[in-house]
Amino acid sequence: MSVLLEMRGIRKSFYGNEVLHSVDLTLEAGTVLALMGENGAGKSTMMNILVGIHKRDGGTIRIDGQEVNIESPHDAQKLGIAMIHQELSSVVEMSVAENIYLGREPVKNGFIDYRKMYKDTEELLKNLNINLNPKTKMGKLRVADQQLVEIAKAVSQNARILIMDEPTSSITDREVENLYGIIRDLKMRKTGIIYISHKMEEVYTITDQITVLRDGASIATWNTKEATNDMVVKAMVGRELTEQYPKRKVEIGDTILELKNFTQEGVFENISFKLRRGEILGLVGLVGAGRTETMQALFGITKPDSGEVYLKGQKVEFKKPVDAIKNGLAYVTEDRKGEGLVLPMSIAHNITLPSMKELSRKIFIKQKEEKDRVGKEITDLKVKTTSPNLAVKNLSGGNQQKVVLAKWMLKNPDVIIFDEPTRGIDVGAKAEIYKLMNEFVAEGKAIIMISSELPEAMGMSDRILVLSNHKMSGELSKNEFNQKSLMKLAMQHM
Amino acid sequence: MKNTGEMSASMKAQARKNFISKYGSLVALVVLCIIITIIKPRFISPLNIRNVLRLASINGLLAIGMTFVCLTGGIDLSVGAVMGCAGMYSAYFAQASMNMPWIVAVLVGLLMGFAVGLFNGICIAYLKVPAFVGTLGSMSVAKGLTYILTNAKPIPNLSESFKAIGGGMIFNVIPIPIIVFTIILIGCFLLMYKTRYGRYVIAVGGNAKAARVSGIDVKKITASVYILSGILAALAGIITTARVTSGVTNTGDGYETDAIAMVVIGGTSLAGGKGRLWGTIVGILLMVCLSNGLDMLGVSAYYQMIVKGFVVIAAVMMDGLSSD
Repeated sequence: MSVLLEMRGIRKSFYGNEVLHSVDLTLEAGTVLALMGENGAGKSTMMNILVGIHKRDGGTIRIDGQEVNIESPHDAQKLGIAMIHQELSSVVEMSVAENIYLGREPVKNGFIDYRKMYKDTEELLKNLNINLNPKTKMGKLRVADQQLVEIAKAVSQNARILIMDEPTSSITDREVENLYGIIRDLKMRKTGIIYISHKMEEVYTITDQITVLRDGASIATWNTKEATNDMVVKAMVGRELTEQYPKRKVEIGDTILELKNFTQEGVFENISFKLRRGEILGLVGLVGAGRTETMQALFGITKPDSGEVYLKGQKVEFKKPVDAIKNGLAYVTEDRKGEGLVLPMSIAHNITLPSMKELSRKIFIKQKEEKDRVGKEITDLKVKTTSPNLAVKNLSGGNQQKVVLAKWMLKNPDVIIFDEPTRGIDVGAKAEIYKLMNEFVAEGKAIIMISSELPEAMGMSDRILVLSNHKMSGELSKNEFNQKSLMKLAMQHM
Repeated sequence: MKNTGEMSASMKAQARKNFISKYGSLVALVVLCIIITIIKPRFISPLNIRNVLRLASINGLLAIGMTFVCLTGGIDLSVGAVMGCAGMYSAYFAQASMNMPWIVAVLVGLLMGFAVGLFNGICIAYLKVPAFVGTLGSMSVAKGLTYILTNAKPIPNLSESFKAIGGGMIFNVIPIPIIVFTIILIGCFLLMYKTRYGRYVIAVGGNAKAARVSGIDVKKITASVYILSGILAALAGIITTARVTSGVTNTGDGYETDAIAMVVIGGTSLAGGKGRLWGTIVGILLMVCLSNGLDMLGVSAYYQMIVKGFVVIAAVMMDGLSSD
């Protein structure tokens, strides 16, 4: 193996805060390197330096042994470095081919040579075993396919170093397999891949080496084969994590929430279940099974066509989220940035947003009380920040999720709906969120948790409800949990 | 944190950008005032300062309303037309021959502003008409209403008590428009920063979906900012009419452009969620001083338009560059 990329002693500061203190990284041609670390460890900064978005303050970058200077994204591109971002940035109104050749369209007689463009694209996709029509509009494709197009684009630019930032965060298992196939193919072409992921399973399947960063320093590098789960986690968090899913002993009480034949035609049908005090009810199913949609209708974000909701025995109807909130429900949405937080607003103001009424005298905000309550939530939930007045957009994913939690905890709800509570969150923050969930139900309250990670669903739930293709396909109690039967139920109505 | 002693180059650049973004307009305002004063010392005479403030207080009413609208990510193009409309209708009831108390005329004018604002709010928040189109439509409606009243003829001979709203002074020194503006300004500062309403406005502009999930009635908040903007525009129209002592149909023409300019110079983002009221104050003063200063220097109104256009673009450009 030959060393393709070598980054040595990379340093970077923002606002006088050194976030990278002399980080090293080595990538060999034709291999996949897993870059791991908690949020805020410096992975993104490191990669942004490599692709020329940030300028390094110190250190050297060598490609094929030659020292290179990357000052701009354009420099990086010329050196054959490409990044597939977590949030894709394609032009949705343009075709696959137009997106791939955006900015370097083949030209004939001063006009775009569409024939050549589509022919080249077809060849490119065929080479990569990507089964897509070059003329399809990007916006019509699923996220997974859009990602493949981005990879094809990188390949067409002769990228030799490809960075993938959590490429599987929003695609299904089958699509993940497809992605693996393409990654293996790229390895054969001697492409070096830096693979950022929080998922151990993936890292073991597809990577050759693991480099762990922590607090802006490179902690360790192993061959993936030689690394154990414990070693990696320990290196990431800097301490041993006792038990991933903390146990709890909670008395299960009487029914607090009940859904009867809850239906929205073609989206979810005849959903019925009871939620009891002290319970975490897992909601499992494939993407598109209707889990999130059911919860959105329950919370009053959308309207159900039929069905009934009972809260503490009383029939209720939530026409708007505010109705649900008034009745003691809270919803930690899947899309943290889209629905959970007002990103440009401060941490404090995000936390108190649903509680403004309680924190006001007439129309005026009780500033002192607001400050005190926010301070208490920030301490209780261990939100890591220099000031409550910082905009939430500056926080890492885990801390943002804690802000969402803090905002609902302040409302003192009886039932919290968690939609993918730990998506994109590092192990340390995950454990803290699980602990908070346990403490919450211990007070005689209840949680509905949507989760696509089966180990999490099984580890945290007391009961699991499985949805398959918009319908309920089964309910398992704790002693019946196993991955196989859950998957079988999830596929039942397909 | 190793290098606390020395500032790195990138840090300095960052600090500079922050400074420009935060205080750029204020610095520009101070520099502008100094330059004008050097050339025309009369600029800082009490009489002229009073003049500038009086101008600012009329434009300022529009800009303050516009700040609330822009914070929600909207825009209100109808404010100039509302000014004219409210001015005409209040003038109609303020005619000396009508023999009505001045408050009736004022209320009629404010009612027109409220009505147009409500119409805007319903169209935009509940019927999903984009703000640009909705307020462009109501601008035309308001203009039409203005002309219909007297077939575009001016309304002269207003009652003395009504004219005092625009021309009167308190203690013989402070013009009433400045008093009105100051009261409104303090009220709006409290509204924006001390009440939950202000918090909701910022939240809706920052992320309407998240605001909704947090239990905020997003539609009501969105509609309300247009009503506020309409009422403030109407107030500006009433004061202007009282000041020029007759109702004329072209009152407020083009004022929406100035109001939007003041808001963006003040650093409020037209995309919503980001902005500050004190920035708008700086924007108001900058635009008014510029126009007053250019007047003093004998620059024709036509050239002034060109200068103002570039100033607005430059302000937004600075903000854009500094937030990179």
